[in-house]
Amino acid sequence: MDKQKALELKKTATRIRKHIIEQVFSAKSGHPGGSLSCTDILTVLYFDEMRVNPKDPRWADRDRFVLSKGHCAPALYATIALKGFLPEEDLKTFRKIDSYLEGHPSMSYVPGVDMSTGSLGQGISTAVGMALAGKIDNKDYRVYSILGDGELQEGQVWEAAMAAAHYKLDNLTAFVDYNGLQIDGNITDVMNPEPIADKFKAFGWNVIVVEDGHDHAEIKAAIEKAKTVKGQPTMCVCHCIKGKGVSFMENDYSWHGTAPNQEQRDKAIAELDEYLAGLEA
Amino acid sequence: MAKVATREAYGKALAQYGADERIIVLDADLSKSTKTDTFRQVYPERHFNMGIAEGNLMCVAAGLASTGKVVFASTFAIFASERACEQIRNSICYPKLNVKVAATHAGLTVGEDGASHQCVEDLGVMRSLPNMVVLSPCDEIETNRAIKAAIEHDGPVYIRLGRLAVEAVHDPDNFEFEIGKGIEVREGNDVTLVATGLMVQESLAAAKILEENGINARVIDMHTIKPVDKDILVKAAKETGFVVTVEEHNIVGGLGSAVCEALSENYPCRVLRIGVEDKFGKSGTPAALLEKYGLNAEAIAKKTMEAMKKK
Repeated sequence: MDKQKALELKKTATRIRKHIIEQVFSAKSGHPGGSLSCTDILTVLYFDEMRVNPKDPRWADRDRFVLSKGHCAPALYATIALKGFLPEEDLKTFRKIDSYLEGHPSMSYVPGVDMSTGSLGQGISTAVGMALAGKIDNKDYRVYSILGDGELQEGQVWEAAMAAAHYKLDNLTAFVDYNGLQIDGNITDVMNPEPIADKFKAFGWNVIVVEDGHDHAEIKAAIEKAKTVKGQPTMCVCHCIKGKGVSFMENDYSWHGTAPNQEQRDKAIAELDEYLAGLEA
Repeated sequence: MAKVATREAYGKALAQYGADERIIVLDADLSKSTKTDTFRQVYPERHFNMGIAEGNLMCVAAGLASTGKVVFASTFAIFASERACEQIRNSICYPKLNVKVAATHAGLTVGEDGASHQCVEDLGVMRSLPNMVVLSPCDEIETNRAIKAAIEHDGPVYIRLGRLAVEAVHDPDNFEFEIGKGIEVREGNDVTLVATGLMVQESLAAAKILEENGINARVIDMHTIKPVDKDILVKAAKETGFVVTVEEHNIVGGLGSAVCEALSENYPCRVLRIGVEDKFGKSGTPAALLEKYGLNAEAIAKKTMEAMKKK
């Protein structure tokens, strides 16, 4: 990845993080921790990979994305707003009455959202359906999906994993936002889903471990590698930090579903602004 | 005329209308029972077995539908409507995707498999989901047209189908089907039997018994549970004064409830609900089960007459 592109992606990711904080602050509710965690994967997908057209959100040949961990809607909304699917100023209506930006994404209301999600375990199955459709129609679009690591506790994830491998859906690349935390605590304390990479391998997936799920070049390299694999779906197990980019939210599960107060919002925005200024200097 | 199960009619209808390349059929290891194998024999490239994983089945159907496919997702009614209920709600009904949940082996007449497989709650469960249309055809031709209508309808449809072979009610050469329009299959002005699925046949037989007892019963085939046909119900209430609902389903939540809701809001009238009385099923032959649960023609006629005496 060239330096200019790397810098642009860093700036974009930081802008997305600022929008996440502002949305959750404005709504006084939402899920900042996981949103900040999966921001870099979304950034690479939408700004360095996916074939989409904001002027034609339902374009039949577009790449698809399913946010299986639908509670991280603020990250998705911010990403597709910056991509041009919706006005950035609409983000402040998130979770408010009469807004089209539901607490969890709705494909019926939001241009650029390819599937309504929110109930964990279901998104990855719908992504399997989209990838299967691509195979049936001989189309070359690709399907992407992000799952939470806690989400792997849903049995349906493994039903979907079996089906994707069975139908050899090599047009499907999924990501586990592997930050180790869920609402009630450490994933290994709540209900241990480990070993995650081995499980997907055993289910017939090509597995790529992304050691730093905030390193855009490493994420991009994993996506490129996945495209070369034939006959298998790919799971990128991305080591991430919950709350990434906001010092006091990092690695603290209490920020899974809590909104910052004014003071916390100001501190978070100041940190992100400072980081952004450093990038722009 | 030979008896035909509505699941058989479903498989044949899929094969008949299957030239439409948008149609994809998914099954969950029951394709010989649900009869989607009839479609597979003609269009194997558009039939996918999803294995014994009904939650995934419904969501894969949703993903396919999001790309423009018309997807039929089939398994037994119990697993479709109850095991995969939340998947149907969140991934199919909420985004209003073009998935047709065609659920076979509904009701007590599954027979010997017993209570665990006898779904008597599906109409109530599916009816309560926004955007869902609920169909419950009674015979071969009606099933065929219900499938055609489901293909033409843009959005989710639940189609309740049976295992048991049943007699034809309608004349295939002179039959019109429209979602939401009940069909009067017998004229009468003393009482109205509103039935669905294979209870239409039993109700027609019950009407003959009633006639022998001097009661002229109207019989309505209510093939659409949602949206329920208010007009035909109000007309029946006005003209016959007493409505009996008959369903192979719990009396809670299904046809009986839908009819009571429609009448109480539009033309209040006394209603007797005949169905499974908030119980689970049992193993047995279909005929023995209908007798035990008071759902054969004799029981329907008897309960109707007893209620009319109290009027």
